[in-house]
Amino acid sequence: MTQKVATAMLAVAVVSAPLYASENEGSFSNVPQQVLQAEADRVQAIATALRSSVSVFSNDGGGGGSGVVISPDGYALTNYHVVQPVGEAMKCSMPDGILYDAVIVGIDPTGDVALIKLLGRDDFPSAVMGDSDQVRVGDWCFAVGNPFLLATDFQPTVTYGLVSGIHRYQYPAGTLLEYADCLQTDAAINPGNSGGPLFDGKGHLIGVNGRGSFEKRGRVNVGVGYAISINQIKNFMGFLRSGRIVDHATLGASVSTDEDGRVVVTNILKSSDAYRRGLRYGDEILFFGNRVIQSANEFKNTLGIYPKGWRVPIEFNQDGKRQTRLVRLAGVHREEELLGKMQRMSDPPHQDKPVPDQERKHRKQDGDGQDDQTPDEGEKSSEKDQPDVPKPSKPTLPQKKNIPESVAPVYEARRGFANYYFNRFHRDRIWKALLNHGDFQNCDGAWTLTGQLGEEDSLELVISSEHVDCRFGDEQELIDLKQDLDAQLVPHGSGGLLVALHLWHRFLTMGPERFGEVYYLGTAPMSGQNELVDVLVAIHDTIEVHFQCDVKTGYLVGMEMYPERDVDPCEIRFDRYETRDGNETPYRMEVRYGDKSYGIIEFEDVQMDASSDDSA
Amino acid sequence: MAMYSKRKKTFELITQLVRKQLNYKFSRFLFLFERWRKEFYRMSWGDIGYWCITVTWCYLVLSSNSIWADTSFSNVIDDVQPKIVKIYGAGGFRGLEPYQSGFLISSQGHIVTAWSYVLDTDELTVTLNNGHRFDAQILGSDPRTEIALLKIEGSDFPCFDLEKTVEVDTGSRILAFSNIFGVATGDESASVLHGCIAARSALAARRGAFVLPYKGPAYILDAMTNNPGAAGGALTDRQGQLAGVLGKELRDAANNTWLNYAIPINELRGAIDDIRTGKIIPRHMDADIKKPKFPTTIEHLGISLVPDILTKTPPFIDKIGIGSLAELAGLRTDDLILYVDEHMVQSCKEFVRELELIDKDDKITLTVRRDQELVTAELQAKSVSPATPQSD
Repeated sequence: MTQKVATAMLAVAVVSAPLYASENEGSFSNVPQQVLQAEADRVQAIATALRSSVSVFSNDGGGGGSGVVISPDGYALTNYHVVQPVGEAMKCSMPDGILYDAVIVGIDPTGDVALIKLLGRDDFPSAVMGDSDQVRVGDWCFAVGNPFLLATDFQPTVTYGLVSGIHRYQYPAGTLLEYADCLQTDAAINPGNSGGPLFDGKGHLIGVNGRGSFEKRGRVNVGVGYAISINQIKNFMGFLRSGRIVDHATLGASVSTDEDGRVVVTNILKSSDAYRRGLRYGDEILFFGNRVIQSANEFKNTLGIYPKGWRVPIEFNQDGKRQTRLVRLAGVHREEELLGKMQRMSDPPHQDKPVPDQERKHRKQDGDGQDDQTPDEGEKSSEKDQPDVPKPSKPTLPQKKNIPESVAPVYEARRGFANYYFNRFHRDRIWKALLNHGDFQNCDGAWTLTGQLGEEDSLELVISSEHVDCRFGDEQELIDLKQDLDAQLVPHGSGGLLVALHLWHRFLTMGPERFGEVYYLGTAPMSGQNELVDVLVAIHDTIEVHFQCDVKTGYLVGMEMYPERDVDPCEIRFDRYETRDGNETPYRMEVRYGDKSYGIIEFEDVQMDASSDDSA
Repeated sequence: MAMYSKRKKTFELITQLVRKQLNYKFSRFLFLFERWRKEFYRMSWGDIGYWCITVTWCYLVLSSNSIWADTSFSNVIDDVQPKIVKIYGAGGFRGLEPYQSGFLISSQGHIVTAWSYVLDTDELTVTLNNGHRFDAQILGSDPRTEIALLKIEGSDFPCFDLEKTVEVDTGSRILAFSNIFGVATGDESASVLHGCIAARSALAARRGAFVLPYKGPAYILDAMTNNPGAAGGALTDRQGQLAGVLGKELRDAANNTWLNYAIPINELRGAIDDIRTGKIIPRHMDADIKKPKFPTTIEHLGISLVPDILTKTPPFIDKIGIGSLAELAGLRTDDLILYVDEHMVQSCKEFVRELELIDKDDKITLTVRRDQELVTAELQAKSVSPATPQSD
């Protein structure tokens, strides 16, 4: 015991010794050691954090903002309202003095986030991710960026301050650029700081600066800046990497705080998943996404951090009973609606955003941006005479074709996507990982699976290119693939297990190219588990299937089959992969529909025929 | 066994002490104590002595160097936030935000805030840091310092102690707590900004650049503390001790510069105490005062007020009668009447009622606000016209 104590005392002494070492540096000799140490720590944190910061400029040298690199292969975060006027390709400078080409990857117009990728290196200095939920009011923080586009010498500006507020909610303009659950800081956030990083005192990335409260004092910092929390962006990261235009979520129900301070449902859509899960008018929301909900604002904040389509736990009080459910969140917008709103955003009526005045004026001149597809050469040359006047080249994102050669190989335009190249990249990556575990493209004949459903019933499944035949116990179900699939959702209570199995068969034998439309959705939690899975969306006829693949191993771990909009899917979990004829096949499937488990199927034998002629 | 239970008792006591001492957020570390519990029962007194020495020594070493020299203000801020309130009242049009800030100065619910148009309503709401909402009553205000005192019903409110305020020197680091831009609602905490005292200076020394009725010293701040909604917020030193009240937004008309300032709390102590002890309250609320037989009326003075359309219409002079007492005294259209003699009036109704307490032949002193300046006017009934006999 005594020895232990002595060791502990020694350890403390050793740890504290360097902190006591007085340095006696000239006039600093009377400054307390703690102050010098704090200063040295701050200098170190800023020096490290600075290296990952990016100044964004449009290709024509006007317009721009800030950003931050988050991975060595060059993925960087910025604001949607920064890339929106700049376009798909841009130039990014880093403090190393090099100007890199960059391309847009994915955008989140509702949350004002954009993911871009810097090209030319695979060893970019990247920011250390922080945890914005651990940030407290009063913590020191600093913003790095390109205010007033000063970084023409490639050196960013650092502004220091403290966290003035957490879990702030800033209303959107219409439905775009909503800042939910954001951080508030008194570090100076000025026009041009948009998209730049907010670091905590240790130099860990806690947010992306994007807006401030200005009102009547002109468009400069008045001590109230807001940063999108990094934890929200973490949720969206997989979606942003997908090259898509991603959307935020809605519960399909509105809530408000009543007189007793309870958060109650004041309206609910019958078509929403929340309604199907049992949430009703007047229910009191207790938890949402594992956060205690004590005010309507808190609910809006929590909702704002989730992407469309995620399943999030909700706990509510219904007639005195606590109910816990997983609820699937719908999108804030329909797809076409979001694209339309992005078009109209070329002239945002937004006075809160730190977009330079000149930029705003310019946007107004552009009208709604529809007729300004070709760059005006005369105007561009006049811009060069005034290098400190930031002007964006063109207003709308999806239509521009002015892609430099260096960027062309990694950019592919497609409606509904920010950059389809990245979507195809991930789709192919996931498919390749699946092929590693089993290539069924030559097994496009009938598949015969025999096993047990639950404890009692023996089960035989025959999946061919014409029908899916299922016998369990004395019962038999059959679907004809020539008929409409969405009218054959058997067996009863499974939500369409046979249709799902057919599409599983179709996907594995045909691959994403021949299946129909297949795109990469991003990463989402599977049935409320914490771990995220890669999701491929495959559409056949009117049916939408989500194939869920393990991010690390690449196994197909689940699928969800949606026969139509606003209904519960038939869900299958694949498990117990075993090798057969060189291919790994799942020998266990758990089928779920709605809130219930339909059953667990344990297979004993799986036959996969090579030729489609053999089908029964 | 007796030893055992004694130890157990001691342990419970220590746990309780720790629970009290540490912020509840650290209570999760108490599991360490749970773990040590068994060790503790088995230890010899010698071992316990060693541990006590070690822990004390570690504490002394660590607390004196930078590992524990808390570089974050979060603990200080956590202590201050419960004393800050969000105030909602009149406004909401023409750039007049219907909200401002305030802070509790008594556990019975006395709140200091800035005297402004936001208070020109009967439906004043105060939201505490914990989200609880209260209807607030205006106890009174002091137009000279532009401070008002509100009261909410209840007890045991967390509050600043006016006996324990601080004076801060130029260069001192400060924190400013307010609901700027109305960012916080419900149980969300007010915004906190940090900065330094840039100067301690009399506002009047600006030679009319920043006009305010208040002429005393003010803290000039290097942080942008005075935004919409900040008025009435608290200025504290880095330990969270009250130093001042954030002023209203103030802009130099000539060069559009906005001033960030706070009024030292000690300059306001007198006014706050006066209001709190009831020295500044409208007289018509005092039932003991006798009304004169021939009271003064606004017609008699030659004043017509703006239309009384609100529950608390500020008593602005709309018109002055030609050759009237008001004109002779130098009153003008658009003057805001603040005082009748020594008595404050906050609405047209109060002004009229106040006049009813004064004999129409007595001298009346009106204090008005004219373009941010306080002007005093004496209205004396003309001695040449003797009181006309009025018989009943």
